Amino acid sequence: MKKHRTWANLYLIVVFIILYMPIFYLMYYSFNSGGTMHNFKTFTWEWYQEVFHDDRLLIIVLNTLVIALLSAAISTVVGVMGALAIYYVKTWRVKNALLALNNVLIVSPDVIIGASFLILFTIAGVKLGFISVLLSHIAFSVPIVVLMVLPKLEEMSPTLIDAARDLGASQWHMLSKVILPFITPGVFAGFFMALTYSLDDFAVTFFVTGNGFSTLSVEIYSRARQGISLSINALSTLLFLFTALLVVGYYFISQKSSRLYGIGGRK
Amino acid sequence: MMKAMKSNVRNAYLIPYALWIILFVVAPILLILYYSFFDIEGKWTFENYEKFLTPIYLKMTLNSFWYAFLITLFSLLVAYPTAYLLTKTKHKQLWLLLIILPTWVNLLLKVYAFLGIFGTFGLANAILKTIGIGAKQILFTDFSFIFVSVYIFIPFMVLPIFNALEELNPSLIDAARDLGASAWTTFRRVVFPLTLSGVKAGCQAVFIPSLSLFMITRLIAGNRVITLGTAIEEHFLVTQDWGMGATIAVFLMLAMAVIVGMTGSRKRGK
Repeated sequence: MKKHRTWANLYLIVVFIILYMPIFYLMYYSFNSGGTMHNFKTFTWEWYQEVFHDDRLLIIVLNTLVIALLSAAISTVVGVMGALAIYYVKTWRVKNALLALNNVLIVSPDVIIGASFLILFTIAGVKLGFISVLLSHIAFSVPIVVLMVLPKLEEMSPTLIDAARDLGASQWHMLSKVILPFITPGVFAGFFMALTYSLDDFAVTFFVTGNGFSTLSVEIYSRARQGISLSINALSTLLFLFTALLVVGYYFISQKSSRLYGIGGRK
Repeated sequence: MMKAMKSNVRNAYLIPYALWIILFVVAPILLILYYSFFDIEGKWTFENYEKFLTPIYLKMTLNSFWYAFLITLFSLLVAYPTAYLLTKTKHKQLWLLLIILPTWVNLLLKVYAFLGIFGTFGLANAILKTIGIGAKQILFTDFSFIFVSVYIFIPFMVLPIFNALEELNPSLIDAARDLGASAWTTFRRVVFPLTLSGVKAGCQAVFIPSLSLFMITRLIAGNRVITLGTAIEEHFLVTQDWGMGATIAVFLMLAMAVIVGMTGSRKRGK
């Protein structure tokens, strides 16, 4: 039995090493003055300085953050409304149809979403750039928010709403004083998921970004296609620290809502 | 009066959401279908479908499915034991979080890391040299494509299986052992069938995206591996033949519908 445990632990350790090795490999060589991802020469901050002096890159980081925050905020509002709409629908046939339509974008591969949005924006005459990227990010984040909020609504006892109504609450009061406080953990979880999906997205953005506007993922892709440049490593270290902060935030919120929500299968 | 107002408010919730469905779910699908009937000059034609049914495209489709199958299989083989062993650890929620954490690192950065690791002088070749096998060309091979893809997808496979294992009633295992089943029989006849929903959800979460991984094929496989996703990207963004790209997308959507139908509706949020 004891021997079993050692093998089990060994297996888990190997899995964890493989999962984290590439990330730490990137970070380690971000300090290499040699300029390559092998043969560590001497320690240097050079690549970090390069990142902070690269105005183009900093603007792209800013773009990415603005897109992520805006799209997460807007998709949270639309998603909460969607969850309420689905919650209020009483016929199961309509409910299932709405849920099925909701899930289409979650199970669709990114290239299909990207290609179809590219056609959509071209036909609608939306110029490819900030607006098209923002709209696409809102579009693919809405269903995730709905799926995070809906279980919370279903959990809520309907007698709460009845009680509020009996006590004379208006629709607005019912929403702001009863429903929203109850579903807050779901709303935050949805917002965070939307944020991470937006920050992480590459394929959809790549299709609808056009010339002149770029997000971080697209920029990393075009730089990586030209080969290894250690400023990407430096950037990834900075991003990893930033994400770790986000994850800690998300963890505390999901602890509050008692359960780690499923991380959808996109990408 | 009261009732009318109430349903008005409810309809108000529905309006933005319904708009979203029409604009970003229904319209894109219809547009893809519509565009698949046009050739590169904008003439109405069935040529794209004829072209898709030629051996070149069918072989590419089969290839793409074969790679996706291999990626799903290897992810499952790695992820199932991982999920199973994770449920046995102390602080399992923390360990699970650590499995999920790498998914928050940008996918492209992880792929980029493998450019270094699998490179001619990278870590993988250094290890191969020290154990006496000698340096090999790893980058730009099928192996590197599958390895990196499996690496990317492992967390998405672990999570649903972990949740399914957590929901399993442990007294069922005790019962099987009491009735004289060996550890292997217990696993084969009790544990695995009862966690099949998680396995299916995981396979769905891996198989569909792996049909369309064009960035990994471009960066790691050096255009050696052409998947459906790569072909769609190529037609839309490089050759500008949207009709053909849309036709491939139609087939990818059909494949997706079949897979979703086969693996059942995905359990979410739980």
